[in-house]
Amino acid sequence: MLTNAVRVVSVNNLIEVRNLVKHFEVSGGLFSRNKRIIKAVDGIDFEIKAGESLGLVGQSGCGKTTTARSLCLLDPKTSGDVNFYNSESQKMESIDEIDDEGLRQFRRNMQMIFQDPYESLNPRWTLKDIIKEPLDIHNIGDLKDREEAVIEILKTVGLTPPQNYLSRYPHEISGGQRQRVSIARTLIMKPKFVICDEPTSMLDVSIRISIMDLMLNLAKELNVSYLYITHDLAVARYMCNRIAVMFNGKIVEIAESEELLQNPIHPYTKRLISSIPIPDPNYKRERYEVNYDELDKIISNNPDKKMIDIGNGHFVASHDTKGFFIET
Amino acid sequence: MSNILEVKNLTMHYETLDGDVDAVKDITFNVKAGESFGIVGESGCGKTSVAMCLLQLQAENGKISNGSILFDGQELVGMSENDLRKVRWDGISIVFQGAMNAWNPVVKVGEQIREAMREHNPKSTKSQNTEKINELFNMVGLDSSASERFPHELSGGMKQRAIIALALSCDPKLIIADEPTTALDVVIQDQILTEIKNVQELLGLSLIYISHDIAVIAEMTDKIAVMYAGSIVEIGPTEEVFKSPKHSYTRSLLDSTPSIMGEKKKLRSLEGEPPSLINKIDGCSFSPRCPSPSNECKNQSIEMGLIKVGIDHYADKCCSGCISE
Repeated sequence: MLTNAVRVVSVNNLIEVRNLVKHFEVSGGLFSRNKRIIKAVDGIDFEIKAGESLGLVGQSGCGKTTTARSLCLLDPKTSGDVNFYNSESQKMESIDEIDDEGLRQFRRNMQMIFQDPYESLNPRWTLKDIIKEPLDIHNIGDLKDREEAVIEILKTVGLTPPQNYLSRYPHEISGGQRQRVSIARTLIMKPKFVICDEPTSMLDVSIRISIMDLMLNLAKELNVSYLYITHDLAVARYMCNRIAVMFNGKIVEIAESEELLQNPIHPYTKRLISSIPIPDPNYKRERYEVNYDELDKIISNNPDKKMIDIGNGHFVASHDTKGFFIET
Repeated sequence: MSNILEVKNLTMHYETLDGDVDAVKDITFNVKAGESFGIVGESGCGKTSVAMCLLQLQAENGKISNGSILFDGQELVGMSENDLRKVRWDGISIVFQGAMNAWNPVVKVGEQIREAMREHNPKSTKSQNTEKINELFNMVGLDSSASERFPHELSGGMKQRAIIALALSCDPKLIIADEPTTALDVVIQDQILTEIKNVQELLGLSLIYISHDIAVIAEMTDKIAVMYAGSIVEIGPTEEVFKSPKHSYTRSLLDSTPSIMGEKKKLRSLEGEPPSLINKIDGCSFSPRCPSPSNECKNQSIEMGLIKVGIDHYADKCCSGCISE
């Protein structure tokens, strides 16, 4: 049974990213004039439709989190366009061109869930204050409305009865409950778009699925889109409609989840898929070997960033004009 | 094959101000020479406590109240510190979770391994040790020049490989790997797992692999024990346990693991949380979370214990009753 099949994915793009670049300058030392440039995100394109979840997978250090941080303006991007659908004017707006009020609007609609629920909640605040804070900042409703909203959202994320949680502190609840609080705090703003940076990787297996199911259900109910960052393709498959594979700051392949797993084309995607352990002792996994240095060289020698459309919404990077990756 | 490790009725509790925490309850298992044995369960189920008992490294308030640990014919429980020094690292070595962060940042990696070798084998010369380190580094897929580097010059995966080299440095017979890949991404995890498997085959070592990830356990082990609330609830050959899990908890673990193979299916989550081990639990410790508990399961006077459910396959009495179909 396809769990995502029931979700309504609209045809409208909610967010469009065009040629997003984020470079970091690293100095060569205290007295050195040489500045090295780290190309953390090096020209990526993708779009997310309303109600859709896009998985962003890749190894540590490939630029997944930097992409997320640039998208929600935590780190200013170096160049590129990010367009966001404005539901009031009903058209796409570039985030570079919006005014202060527009920015506030944008921030309301875009929220983030972080990896570590132990670190992302203020230990000195009660859960009520933690969840209420976004409403205070954006000055939504009066005090009574806000408290009602907190109680409502606690029920939504399955922390019932809510009265038992309002005056507790983060250390008094378990890891799974803390991640539910993070989700509650995110969703109380009724965002259109949520960036999830490995939200379940710190959680135990048995709790992980309940958090993932909760997020899937909420996406359906509230029509939220996710950008779901993970290094585990099995989790991405469960959570996402489409998956984008990132390698060294570039997206090398992007396709519908099942299509990507069954018909991977880029060697790096094949490598990634072949490294996922299978919960079946009889299955003999064979590693697909990739020479990273060679791959890196091919990519940097062919800065042409065009992706080839091979049908079914499946795109793969063409680093080589001779069709290096596509066997014809 | 003979047993290299025999653990019998091991029971351990931590003495805390709030009372005793029964972390390990009456655990029995054997590991044969050359075998990989997996221990799986969620956090707080006592996996690491078992590993610590095997090396007699349990915290000061951890008291073994019953049971025996026979390693290579020697009884480890109650052994003197001096004798234990000869067993640790020479007989049993351990790779801890996140051990890569335990390197001394101001000493070269090779020198830190040499330190362990000098301590355990004072007779071997420096050049012999260096040769051995180079050999070990090649074995775990590292360039031998890495031994001349400081820990901060190595990536996470490289540091973890060096830790495995360190664990192998005194020719142990048994390696305990406690979540050795948890902090690493999937590609590096894949490399480390392959490295461990290769080394194990090459040197004919026994391995105890501890993890919460049932997919990794499926690949790495011949035999597994599923732990819940300090007890082993199911134990048997890995294939057998995966093919026909008898305990309801084992089933729940398998049902909650996403896979990239086969048809995409709805996963079942396990509601609730593991019980606090500070309160004495009568009857089945899993029944409050069990998806299909019978009235009998909730009966607190029900007698617990493993019974045979297949060849070499044992599961808790309570569940093997309900899951016969």
